[in-house]
Order: sequence, then C-alpha cells, then structure tokens
Amino acid sequence: MKHLLSAADLDAATATEVLDTAAELAKVTGREVKKLPTLRGRTVVNLFYEDSTRTRISFEAAAKRLSADVITFSVKGSSVAKGESLKDTALTLQAMGADAVVVRHGAAGAPHRLAGWVDGSVINAGDGMHEHPTQALLDAYTMRARLGRLAGLKVAVVGDILHSRVARSNVLLLHTLGAHVTLVAPPTLLPVGVEAWPASTSYDLDAVLPDCDVVMMLRVQRERMIDSYFPSAREYARRYGLDAARFRRLPDHAIVMHPGPMNRGMEIAPEVADSPRSTVTEQVTNGVSVRMAVLYLLLGGRN
Amino acid sequence: MTFLIKGVSVLGGEPTNLLLRDGVVAEIGPDCSAAGAEVVDADGLVALPGLVDLHTHLREPGREDAETVETGSRAAALGGYTAVCAMANTEPVADTAGVVEQVWRLGRRAGLVDVQPVGAVTVGLRGERLAELGAMADSAAAVRIFSDDGHCVADPRLMRRALEYVKAFDGVIAQHAEEPRLTEGAQMHEGEVSARLGLTGWPAVAEEAIIARDVLLAEHVGARLHICHVSTAGSVEIIRRAKERGVRVSAEVTPHHLLLTDEAVTGYDPVFKVNPPLRTAADVAALREALAEGVIDVIATDHAPHTVEDKECEWAYARPGMLGLETALSIAIEVLGPRWDLIAERMSRVPARIAGLAEHGHTPAPGAPANLTLVDPAARWVVDPSQSASRSRNTPYAGRTVPGRVVATFLRGEPTVLGGKAVK
Amino acid sequence: MAYPEAAPVSEGKIILTAPELQRVIDRIAHQILEKTGGAADTVLLGIPTRGEPLARRIADRIRAFEQIDVPVGVLDVTLYRDDLRSQAPRALGPTQLPPGGIDGSRVILVDDVLFRGRTARAALDALRDLGRPAVVQLAVMVDRGHRQLPIRADYVGKNIPTALAEQVRVKLVETDGVDAVTIIRPDEPGGRR
Repeated sequence: MKHLLSAADLDAATATEVLDTAAELAKVTGREVKKLPTLRGRTVVNLFYEDSTRTRISFEAAAKRLSADVITFSVKGSSVAKGESLKDTALTLQAMGADAVVVRHGAAGAPHRLAGWVDGSVINAGDGMHEHPTQALLDAYTMRARLGRLAGLKVAVVGDILHSRVARSNVLLLHTLGAHVTLVAPPTLLPVGVEAWPASTSYDLDAVLPDCDVVMMLRVQRERMIDSYFPSAREYARRYGLDAARFRRLPDHAIVMHPGPMNRGMEIAPEVADSPRSTVTEQVTNGVSVRMAVLYLLLGGRN
Repeated sequence: MTFLIKGVSVLGGEPTNLLLRDGVVAEIGPDCSAAGAEVVDADGLVALPGLVDLHTHLREPGREDAETVETGSRAAALGGYTAVCAMANTEPVADTAGVVEQVWRLGRRAGLVDVQPVGAVTVGLRGERLAELGAMADSAAAVRIFSDDGHCVADPRLMRRALEYVKAFDGVIAQHAEEPRLTEGAQMHEGEVSARLGLTGWPAVAEEAIIARDVLLAEHVGARLHICHVSTAGSVEIIRRAKERGVRVSAEVTPHHLLLTDEAVTGYDPVFKVNPPLRTAADVAALREALAEGVIDVIATDHAPHTVEDKECEWAYARPGMLGLETALSIAIEVLGPRWDLIAERMSRVPARIAGLAEHGHTPAPGAPANLTLVDPAARWVVDPSQSASRSRNTPYAGRTVPGRVVATFLRGEPTVLGGKAVK
Repeated sequence: MAYPEAAPVSEGKIILTAPELQRVIDRIAHQILEKTGGAADTVLLGIPTRGEPLARRIADRIRAFEQIDVPVGVLDVTLYRDDLRSQAPRALGPTQLPPGGIDGSRVILVDDVLFRGRTARAALDALRDLGRPAVVQLAVMVDRGHRQLPIRADYVGKNIPTALAEQVRVKLVETDGVDAVTIIRPDEPGGRR
C-alpha cells in the first residue's frame, strides 16, 4: 500500500492489520522509552492547510515515536500562506526528500493531486468534505477496544452527514469491517445520492437509539443555520442532540463517541460528554497508536 | 487562387471533383477541371460544409495567456470550422460596440475563420441592466446573438425585457441556464458521485428550472430563445415539449456532454471540471437521442481555454472549462457515426442559420460560398495536448484515440488548413 | 510425558525427530539450571514465532526437574530489525513482559534458529528500550552458522553446519502440529531456487 487517501483503499484484511498493529504499538506509550527505531532516517512532512492542532500533534507524536524526522508546514507564516500553489509546494517537498506527506486541506481531492506530484507516500489527514481515513481507523479501534468486536456492531452516526468527512470515512470502513451503520440527520443534512451508500438512514434519533451499540455524534456548525439547513440551534438540539434523557435510553453497554471538537449543549449534553461511556479522550490516545500503525505500514518496509 | 479538389465524396456521396474559384464553388462534377488550378488530392476524403461553432471562448481581450483570437482561430480551422461565435465574457466584457468591433477586427486580421462576436446581454455580465444591444447589432460586428454566458440572466424581468428587445433586429438571447441560488459553491453534478467525493453538488434542477421559465417567457412575448450547453435529460424534455407547442427555441449540446459522465471526476483531475458539469450516463443517452432527433439543434463546443495554473491545482480552485475546437468533429463522428448529412446539419447548416451567417452552412454546390472542410473518415489519431494549436492544454481527451481527421479547410475558396496543417 | 504422534514431514530431511527434539529441550533446561545456579532472577523471553512455545517448554521442564517457576514472556523484534526496508512491511507479533519486569534480571532470549545473528541483535536493541537487565543470554534450538555479526548463543540445542542456500526448519506442535527439525536443500520441493 503506497498511499492512504480514502477508507475505501483498505480491504478488511489490511484494515484489521492496521488495528492489530496499533494494538501492539499502543504498548509503547506505557514504556519508559516511548520510542521505536523503526522509521529512523525517514522524513515525514506534515502539510496542514487547515488549522488543526489535535490532528497535527497526533501525527507528529506518531512519527516521532517511530524515530522519523518530522517537518511541519502549517498555513500561517509559511510560503503556503503567501499563495504558493499546491504543485510548487509539492515540488519543494520532493526536493526535501519527504518519504511521506501527511496532508490536511480544505479542498476535497488535494491529497490525490499531491500523490501525482510526489514520490513519497501521501496520507490524507482530512480533505474538505471528502474523507479522514485515520479518524475512521481510530474510531474503529476504539469501538473494538471497548466492545470486543466490530462485525455485527450497530453504529449510529448522527449529525451533519452532508458536510462530514468523518462520516464518509466511517461508513466505508465500518462496512468493510462488517459493522452496520445508520445515519441520522435532518433531511437537509443528508446528501442526495446517500441511498447508494452501504448504510441505512433515518430522520428519527429516538427510534434509532434503543438498538445501538455505538452512537457517534458529529459536530454541527451553527453557521449551517444561516444557510437554512435547520431553523435554529435550539430546534436542532431538541431533535438531534444527545441529551441526558436520550442517553438514558441507550442500551447499557452502548458507548458514545465524538471526533471532536464538541459543541457542548448543541449536539451533545455536557454530562453525556463527560460520562464513562463516552470515549472522547481515549479516541485521542488511540489516534496516536493508529497513526503509528499507518506510518509503519506505509513506510516500514519496501513498497 | 483556383483550387481543384479531386476525388472527394461530398457528404458521403460518389467521389467527384470540386472547382473553387473567386470564393465560390464554381463547378462540381467527376470531369471538371481547370488549367492553372492548384490540385488538392482528396481521394478517400469527405467534404462537409465548413463547420460553424455557436459557442467559443477566444479569451481576447483580457486573457491572452490562455488564448487569443488568432490561436483560437487556428484551432478552429484545424477542427474544420469556417466560422465561430466568440462569447462575450472577455476583459473588458464585450458589452459595447467598441469591444465587439475589436474582436471582429482581430478575427479578420487573423484570417483563419470568420469570427462572429457574441454581445453581452447585461452590462459587465452583472445581470442588472441591459447592455446597448442595438449599438452592437448596428456595429461592424453585426451582432445577432447575445449571451451572458458564464453567468445566467437570472432576473426573470430582465430576461423578459431582453427577449423582447432583440426582436427589433432579429436577434436572439442565448441563455446559460443556471439558477445561481441553487448552485452556490457547486463543484460537480449533484448525485451519487458528488455524495461519495464530498464535493458540493450542481443539481440538474438548477438548469431545468431556468429553461422552463425561459421557454414560457419566450412563448409569452413571441421571441426566439437559444439554450446554451444543454446537459440534462430533464432539460431535453422541457425543450421537446416547448417545440411541440411551437415555441421558437433552439438548443445546443457540447461534445463532452455527449461522451463523458460524472464518473470522470473520481480522480479529482480538474481537466474534467466544467460548467454545466458532466452528468450521468442517463443524461448522456438522452442528449444523444435528442441530438439525433433534432430536439437539440446543434453541437457547439463551448471551447474554454484555461492556463496550466488554472487547471493544475486543487479541484475547488480550478476554473471550469474544456478545450473543444480541434476535437469536436471527431467526437461527433464517434457519437453519431459517419452520418455525414446529420453531422453537416448539426454542426454547419443549423448553427449558420441560428447565427444568421448567410455565407456559411452551404453544402458544396455550384454558386455556394466555398466554405468547406475535407475530412479523412478512416483516420484515427491520438489526442496529444502538447500538439494542440490552442494556447492552452486543457483537453479531457488526452491520450484518447478518436476517429476522423480534418485534412483541409477552405474559407471563401482560400485554404486555411492544408495537409492537416494550418497554412499560417 | 507422552510424545506426540509424529506426522509425516512433507519436505526436506529430518535432522531431529520428535523424541530427539524433546531430549534437546531437556538438556537446555538442565544447562540453564547448571549455569545459572538454579535459575534465580532469571526470565525467559521467547522471540515469536517459535521462540515463544520453546521458552514455555523450557520453563515447563525446569519446573518438572526442580520445581522452580521461571517467568516467561514474549519479545517481538520486528520494529527493531535492520533489514525492514528489504521486504514488504511485516505483521507485528505480540510483546509481553512477565509481571515482574526485566530490570536487574538475567534475561535469556529464546529462538528456534540462530543464523546471521540479526534477530538476536534486534532483540538486544529492543531490550534496551524495555528495561535494564543485569545479564542477557541467548538460547537456541539450532545454530546453523554463517554469522554476520559477533553474536553467539549461550545454550545451543544442536549445531548443524549448513550451506547458505539450505533452509533449516524447526517445527513445533504448538505452531506446526508436529515436532521435528528438518533441513531443505535448494533443489528439493519446498526449497529456495
């Protein structure tokens, strides 16, 4: 595997291998020497066109724990901000000998363009509304760690599906790994063409919750109100927010997930976000192990 | 100069000779000849009336880095065209007699194809007030087609006024049908592929709603209407019904909308980004059927050159548009087959009539203006962007093998293309 | 102890049969007890894949002979190998240190075949990141020669001189369904060409 641009790039065997590798690599965090020499001498470039401290730090930590050299380009204060084209930036990275480029960009397809211009591996860390494959991997890892399996799990993904790269990657990966996904949103926030996705859809959160093993809440931006996707934050929270009452109606074993950052009080009530059945903080920890596994599988051997 | 075209098949008929003299077809016949005539061996070739493109972007004035009237004319001649209608979205916009005359003069100077300027409908293409349509019609450029192409004339009252106003000089409004409120931020056709790729969708209804409104307006005020680059099955239905009712509406389709679908966007290569966007296989099938039937009257290229920087970037930042002049005839042959009379109708006779170009669209016959093109129907060639006569390289057919090659083009009896190469 | 029924071995020549392999393990267990003066502060770490069941068997025999419980763990060295780039990325094996850790202990690494020495060297690098053993030793079922690094085993089951092109396979019931050590010549079925 040369690039990771979409969750669809992973078949069941490879995805499982990523999760199993991540499980082994997670043990490094518990050691005194939190380092492995595996990617010594390799250069990983973080190319972040969008502000994202959490994902950027996660990839940095992952690469450094494998002893790779890490260089970070973030938009502010670099030639990128001065309007240098993506292609010219790619040629610069190429000249620097980047073995892998981790790219987050506001335009869907930017990683695909980059993959055509650099020799190294390209990892999509989020491209516009398209995908965020490592997020889906760490979400699957979290589910497996908490619930012991993925096949047959019933996962509800709730929120702004239309604009969500997390939703797209999760639908693809969970389907590959044998879970069943139900997308829950107001009709305005489900894309035309969603019928072709390997997932069910519902407008009724209360109908879906009693039968879930996992509820994944997506961030909903208040700006969507201005574009009339829904009339008010209050109405959205009332119809699609995971409040304490809905939380009580979940099966006892069910877990609550959120890719972050959260709009407390909008899509998720604060007491739900902070409950032990919420996996929000361990998703962050798992992110480093999963990203280490991806880097190892892309750069650790001959490709 | 006098030219004797020997052994050519006119529209697929029996091989014959054509004698071109003083800008007209002087004689046709298997035995005709003339002393001192330059002989063009046309054995195995098919003669078509010179093609007429109702919809081309020559980019001059303002974006000469992408194309000039001269380079665009050369590309047109190599594609078998003897006349092109140059759209008004230049910089400055062609919304005055001055600018349309400038474009017209540049066309005459290049002398490779008759450049017929299209005038803008509204000042600056801003959709607020009518441009001086009468002045443009009266100018040396003799504008008859008016279009804000690139933008939709969205205000229904303004569109009504425009449709009415041009009746005075037998003009026609060519609408770029796109309801702007439904396509804000749109990047590609709204459907399964856009849902998968995470790109904001351009729904078919944004085109169909405007066409439906405009055919009703044209019917109400008794005006002609032309629809640019029709791209959906739903649009075809609306136009069919309108024609059945007697509305004087004409419609064009691009070669790329007859061949490519939204699946092409999957790799996010902006060479496939175009407005209106590539649609589904069902839309392509409906457009082909409509073209064969005549519900869609013409093939028009919407030749839209863009510089490398405007295409070699992220999809969202790329400008929409594809080259078309040099490949249009080949794509038509691929889609319709070697149906020469149908091709002549859709790419020469009917567009010439809609544009009011009296000298073009004539099947080679004695007395007809000698605007014609000679095509090798058996040739197959590989589209190579680096060989393009256009200043730009954004063709969606790179690497594709296509049928039919233009060998020669004659403009008023003088060659613009001979032996497959432009003469100047 | 009943020895498992030997299944027919489909490739190569058998160097050690099941009973012979068992005796070799017994001898290694005795040697460890002798050289360490009773296996005090000793930990056995098996290197996957076959080093792990070997380490457990050695610990079993030590318990059988002298009722001493030697802690057993697993140490996967894939991430420390110096030859990673020469092939596709390998799947990782498990790493599990015994509950008491390895600091200050005698760690005896256990592997099936000692060949070039690179696995053992990777194991030494891995140990450095996992703790500070007092002493590190190496026990192998087979030493087939051709060392590329200055590595030697402290406990050797059998010395088998080999040609480079030959392959030595240690098979164990736990991993392969049968106990045997075989050698495959390049021109035989299953051999490298």
